[in-house]
Amino acid sequence: MSSSEGAPESWISSFCSLMGHEFFAEVSEDFIEDDFNLTGLQSQVPMYKEALEMILDVEPEEDEDEDEEEEEEEDEDELLGDEKLPGYRRAGDRRHTRVASDLSVIESSAELLYGLIHQRYITSRPGIQQMLEKYEMQHFGVCPRVYCNGCKVLPVGRSDTPGQETVKLFCPSCQDLYTPPNSRFHSVDGAFFGTTFGCLFFMTFPDLDIGPRLDSSLVSPARSSTVNNQVSPDVPPAHQPVEINGVRTANFCPGLGLGKIYESRIYGFRVSERSRTGPRMKWLRMKPTDVEELNEMARYEAARREADNDGDTEMGAAPAGGAQNSAIAKRKKAPMRRRRYNPDQMSINGAEAG
Amino acid sequence: MMEDFNSETDSDYTSYWRDWFISSRGNEYFCEIDEEYLTDRFNLTGLNTEVPYYQYALDLVTDVFDLDADDDLREQIEKSARHLYGLVHARYIVTTRGLTKMVDKYKKGDFGKCPRVMCEGQPLLPMGQHDIPNMSTVRLYCPKCEDLYNPKSSRHASIDGAYFGASFPSMLFQVYPGLVPEKSTSRYEPRIYGFKVHAAAALARWQDQYREDMKSRLRDAGMEVNSQGCIIGKRGQ
Repeated sequence: MSSSEGAPESWISSFCSLMGHEFFAEVSEDFIEDDFNLTGLQSQVPMYKEALEMILDVEPEEDEDEDEEEEEEEDEDELLGDEKLPGYRRAGDRRHTRVASDLSVIESSAELLYGLIHQRYITSRPGIQQMLEKYEMQHFGVCPRVYCNGCKVLPVGRSDTPGQETVKLFCPSCQDLYTPPNSRFHSVDGAFFGTTFGCLFFMTFPDLDIGPRLDSSLVSPARSSTVNNQVSPDVPPAHQPVEINGVRTANFCPGLGLGKIYESRIYGFRVSERSRTGPRMKWLRMKPTDVEELNEMARYEAARREADNDGDTEMGAAPAGGAQNSAIAKRKKAPMRRRRYNPDQMSINGAEAG
Repeated sequence: MMEDFNSETDSDYTSYWRDWFISSRGNEYFCEIDEEYLTDRFNLTGLNTEVPYYQYALDLVTDVFDLDADDDLREQIEKSARHLYGLVHARYIVTTRGLTKMVDKYKKGDFGKCPRVMCEGQPLLPMGQHDIPNMSTVRLYCPKCEDLYNPKSSRHASIDGAYFGASFPSMLFQVYPGLVPEKSTSRYEPRIYGFKVHAAAALARWQDQYREDMKSRLRDAGMEVNSQGCIIGKRGQ
């Protein structure tokens, strides 16, 4: 468990090589030693100092200035019993006598502290780079969804607070979250990866190819040909933008859209939408064939221009100041338009946040 | 020879080969095909051209195999028997009796649970993307998100999808519409430091609009629709 008695391996690398800890990156000691990176963690982790010492493989006696605070606790500890863990005897030879239970508390505190530091580290420049290497080596596995064609996934959390949910896997191809297939990850806290990491990672490396790794037409020739027949009138227009809403079009949800959606069929016939058991969830895997449809600003402006031309002919001849005013008005109107655009939107967001 | 077995009922006849087959590791997705179904030639129409050593394989599956074959031949017949069983299985599980057996397995969660976090452990159903063998391996259908997933265990990943067929899950829910799980509109919202990410949020808005369009199409057709887009009745009757 503890390698604080000068084992060749550091605590960090032995922690990361534990079964179930394969997703963790090894946080560099430089990062941990910078107090700024640890801001606020002291209040979240019990026995913070000892935990930090354990992570950094520092012998407790080296920190002279902490001795005073510690003495009080340890006096009590000594009363509880004199069981000493053999590995810790060297430190305990002096006043630092610890009972085994105490050590296991520190051990679990160290794991919690390491996890919380890890959450911050993987969004830092060296950390995200380290995770990129692990990602490219497929350390985190692939998306279980058939139409994602084995897209590599990333470990993320659904909460930044520890003890809430276990680690999940984020697939950039379908923008969805999956439970790791191996049960050994079902005890790893999701907060140790955090909510920010998944998306930040793909924004940091926008050119990372997340497209299909296997040619889907090779995998299922029959299916893709039938799909193509239906889809042919909906082939995207030739002039697709290189980038849409800050994401490269080629990397924008390549696993979604027509042809990447399961169609319920019986003996080759599609089940009608009007059937009680017909398809209801197509929206979840849908993407516009023409990604320009997602450029809400452009669409709004086009719609506005049309409205202006209908009602107000003077607008065309308005001076430059008019354009500025309209830009301001547009910004003011934007939230209103969204609310009108989808009445259910607000309630859905509210329900999820709660 | 066949008539003898037709007259026997399933309960007093021990099916050695099929028992062994469905209880062997990796074959957890299969259910046991009735003796009656297997011995009705009509149900096997066309399979004799698909399966080598067809007659021997059928004899093996129905436990009447008594050929003195060398190991090599036996191995081939054994392989054919597994293939034959799989192909008959795809036909059997869309029959009334087959569906009941598969529904029981579905309720027990024998086919695993949906890996998608928002589906909250919804039980899955096995299916193939093709009805022709050797095209693709078995997939798992989640009736909650209506999507297909690969089995997480490698021992299931090599099973031919044609042994379950492309119609099976849809057929099951046509016959048992009450088993269709409640759908959910919750989805994962990628966030950076608490802020929604524009590209994902714009797509989510578009998808929500797509769902609303479907709902209004159904309403126009006189259906009563709940907020998830599921039909709960007919209007104006």
